[in-house]
Amino acid sequence: MQEAMIKRAKELLADGTVNRVIGWKKGEFFYDATPAVFRTAEELDRQFIFDDFTQANVSKYLVKESRKDGKILAFLKPCDTYSFNQLVKEHRIIRENVYVVGVPGGPKLDIEKIKAKGITGVLSVKNENYTLKIETLYGTEEMPFYEAISGKCESCKSKKHVAYDELIGEDGEVLESNRFDMVEKLENMTAEERFNFWQNELSKCIRCNACRNVCPACTCENCVFDNPKSGVDNKAPADSFEEKMFHIIRAFHVAGRCTDCGECSRVCPQNIPLHLLNRKFIKDINSLYGEYQAGADTTTKAPLNDYNTDDCEPSIVHERGVE
Amino acid sequence: MQRIGVFVCHCGTNIAATVDVKAVAEALSHEQGVVISQDYQYMCSESGQDLIKNAVKEHKLTGVVVCSCSPRMHENTFRKAAASAGLNPYLVEIANIREQCSWIHKDIASATDKAIILGKAAVAKVNLNTPLTAGESPVVKRALVIGGGIAGIQTALDIAEAGFDVDIVEKEPTIGGKMAQIDKTFPTLDCAACILTPKMVEAAQNEHITIHSFSEVSAVKGFVGNFTVTIKKKARFVDETKCTGCGLCTEKCPMKKVPNEFNMGLDNRTAVYIPFAQAVPKVATIDPNYCLMLKNGKCGVCSKVCSVGAIDYKQTDKFIEQKYGAIVVATGFNPIKLDKYDEFAYSYCPDVVTSLELERLMNAAGPNGGTLLRPSDKTHPHTIVFVQCVGSRCDDSKGKQYCSKICCMYTAKHAMLIREKYPDTEVYVFYIDVRTPGKNFDEFYRRAVEQYNVHYIKGMVGKVSPKADGKIDVQASDLLSNEQLHINADMVVLATAIEPDKSARPLATMLTTQMDTNDFFTEAHPKLRPVESATAGIFLSGACQGPKDIPETVAQASAAAAKAIGLLCKNSITCNPCVAHSNELMCNGCSACEKVCPYGAITYQDKEFRMPDRTTAIRRVASVNPAVCQGCGACTVACPSGAMDLNGFSNSQIMAEVDAICK
Repeated sequence: MQEAMIKRAKELLADGTVNRVIGWKKGEFFYDATPAVFRTAEELDRQFIFDDFTQANVSKYLVKESRKDGKILAFLKPCDTYSFNQLVKEHRIIRENVYVVGVPGGPKLDIEKIKAKGITGVLSVKNENYTLKIETLYGTEEMPFYEAISGKCESCKSKKHVAYDELIGEDGEVLESNRFDMVEKLENMTAEERFNFWQNELSKCIRCNACRNVCPACTCENCVFDNPKSGVDNKAPADSFEEKMFHIIRAFHVAGRCTDCGECSRVCPQNIPLHLLNRKFIKDINSLYGEYQAGADTTTKAPLNDYNTDDCEPSIVHERGVE
Repeated sequence: MQRIGVFVCHCGTNIAATVDVKAVAEALSHEQGVVISQDYQYMCSESGQDLIKNAVKEHKLTGVVVCSCSPRMHENTFRKAAASAGLNPYLVEIANIREQCSWIHKDIASATDKAIILGKAAVAKVNLNTPLTAGESPVVKRALVIGGGIAGIQTALDIAEAGFDVDIVEKEPTIGGKMAQIDKTFPTLDCAACILTPKMVEAAQNEHITIHSFSEVSAVKGFVGNFTVTIKKKARFVDETKCTGCGLCTEKCPMKKVPNEFNMGLDNRTAVYIPFAQAVPKVATIDPNYCLMLKNGKCGVCSKVCSVGAIDYKQTDKFIEQKYGAIVVATGFNPIKLDKYDEFAYSYCPDVVTSLELERLMNAAGPNGGTLLRPSDKTHPHTIVFVQCVGSRCDDSKGKQYCSKICCMYTAKHAMLIREKYPDTEVYVFYIDVRTPGKNFDEFYRRAVEQYNVHYIKGMVGKVSPKADGKIDVQASDLLSNEQLHINADMVVLATAIEPDKSARPLATMLTTQMDTNDFFTEAHPKLRPVESATAGIFLSGACQGPKDIPETVAQASAAAAKAIGLLCKNSITCNPCVAHSNELMCNGCSACEKVCPYGAITYQDKEFRMPDRTTAIRRVASVNPAVCQGCGACTVACPSGAMDLNGFSNSQIMAEVDAICK
């Protein structure tokens, strides 16, 4: 796949369709796949990768990139195309300036899950018939493929590309996922249990802002948490649980726009399951206003930005919130 | 540095009896920026206003907080007082310590605490107030009347009389509404058609009035003085400009088995029809549900017999757009459906009819040519039982809680007319109460009882059961003599409750006006602004606002017209300066605000900006048209980046109020 992508990227660079390419390159370690922009065939040959660790969603980079001179080639996995569409819908990405090539999605691997098995000094990982052959500094290790797949791929919602100019490989289908199982579990808890769950999780937050910075729905020109006039920028937390406010406000800000790409939880250094907050909103929107998938297209009116006479009454929403 | 004056009103004892006003004034004197804090018996009185004016001058006030009644009462009074003393009127804030405090609390200590908190919130807000200047917007000198019944006709005539153009939109093929179906009118017993049709003709002939019959309002945009309305002219498959109303097509139409809605389905009409002889406009309409040509493509008789070539089977719905300065709602009423009232046998016994059906049965243009005959066997009924309050004054979910108001009088009318015309017919009326307030109303009812010997019996009918011999057994209780009665009747007439027309609710949504739980339009003030809706420029006429008889409807219709004329007379109206604006440096251009704006006030433009890194960038940003914005604030909530803000109700002001309350 990687070879086919590099070949196609070179062709599109050569014929002038695009003047640069966004994809992934190796980070400090081979498994730290990092989004990168490539301008020449030589750079592509030297650095471009597409493997089991290229999880990152590059759509958000296109907010800035699509405003630069010339067209950019973007390799988008199915889940990335939802974020892409949503940003096009919000006029954040200028669609004409992006040439989208759809590439197959995961499941991708999470190095932390490999490390959790006590496997360290990892040099390379190969998938052989759903068994991972892991070369390390200390010898070869093995583990089942499915025990190492990334959290966001475990509950994959779709293998279908909802936006592309061309595809490499086959397109897939929207999947029946189990993504709301954990939300349901939380809903079935008592208020106290739920509070304890979130207190435990969110107290770990070190406010590194990684979740916000990676989130494709968080593209405000001037984020409320960076705005000196908002009165909440650079505020030191009064206690370890105060960052709950940051996460709750962020979840509200992206409600109805979050495509459930899972990047927030992927990048969290404290492994907080932040995506559950967003999924709760998605689940509620689905049940209150009818099935809606943000980013599935660029035209459908978002339920929270739209009014229909058969919308549920506010009292229903209110009652649901009461224990 | 702010210099704020606080003025606490006693409102006689309205506030002072439950709120310690002196303590409120004292507590608020310590708030940030407050330089003077006073209480007074009646702030709205001239001397109270002088107190504010003098303080503004003497203390060089930069803001005023009046702790008094609802801002709906006296905000304007105090703003004007401040303005006359040289202070921008939008630097005045009201803390409502009457409706939201003293009137709803009994305990002085807690009510005083709450009044202080409300005052603190207002002070916190006024600290952040900025001077605002109101702009002006022009008034389109044309009115729209929605509904062409007697209410709509009267309103349109009055507006046209004042010299303004007015359009009537009527969903049926003719104007006239319910009054056209009524036989005689109480309390004078003159014929409804005789007094209505001259008005219908007058409306049709008036050069200022345009009638859009068989049309509906499909979209409303804009605001007071400047509404843009899309009217859907439904396809009637007849060219209105060509049809002469000769009626030949209706005679020749082979499809003669269509229930005639004008006669309440008691007889049939043809698929191409003119509802009644005096219809305005007198133009035929083809019913696509029954027309053989439109359904199967086989027939075309009407097209062949029409000498002017008015039939057009290919006609489609047309949409026209028109601008209006004022809109009057006159959507009227309908009798409720009786499918939940099995005890009255309405659904299966043809001789159990509603009062409106009885009107048609007695009308000369009705199915029996004016002779009252039983629908089942066309025989003369000798015993008729009237049941009042069918679906009115119900405490269960089957009917309506309210009194339909007109039934007592029309039932007395029916009883009297029947006794007059058919003295051999016995008439019984079962009632809960007889309610006949109104000029000459009670006299009318007493005439029915005393002069015409109508048997009024206090009590409800429990069961109506048709018998094999064609008679109807009416089982009822006489509450005064405490007896169970069985009346062997020939006909039963149900005084059916009335409800607003079904088209009213979607219309209310389009107009952004309010309705009550029964779908009657809500007036701006039940006593002092009875013909205005809470939405500026939208007026209410007739039974869409509540049950009404004809005199009341006409009075209200003229009142609504007077209000509309008052608006149309103005060349421009003062705009509300509390409108939204976008902070372009924060705007993402995401269109969320545009999507929620009910007034279409938001557009986008690509603008060049200097970015922090000394580069320039073209960004898509929102801009608000202040003449169109009504300051509802929906955009400020939808905006994900907080770029949208509302003058006079800024996000920071609201946060300051909340902080002041929570402190």
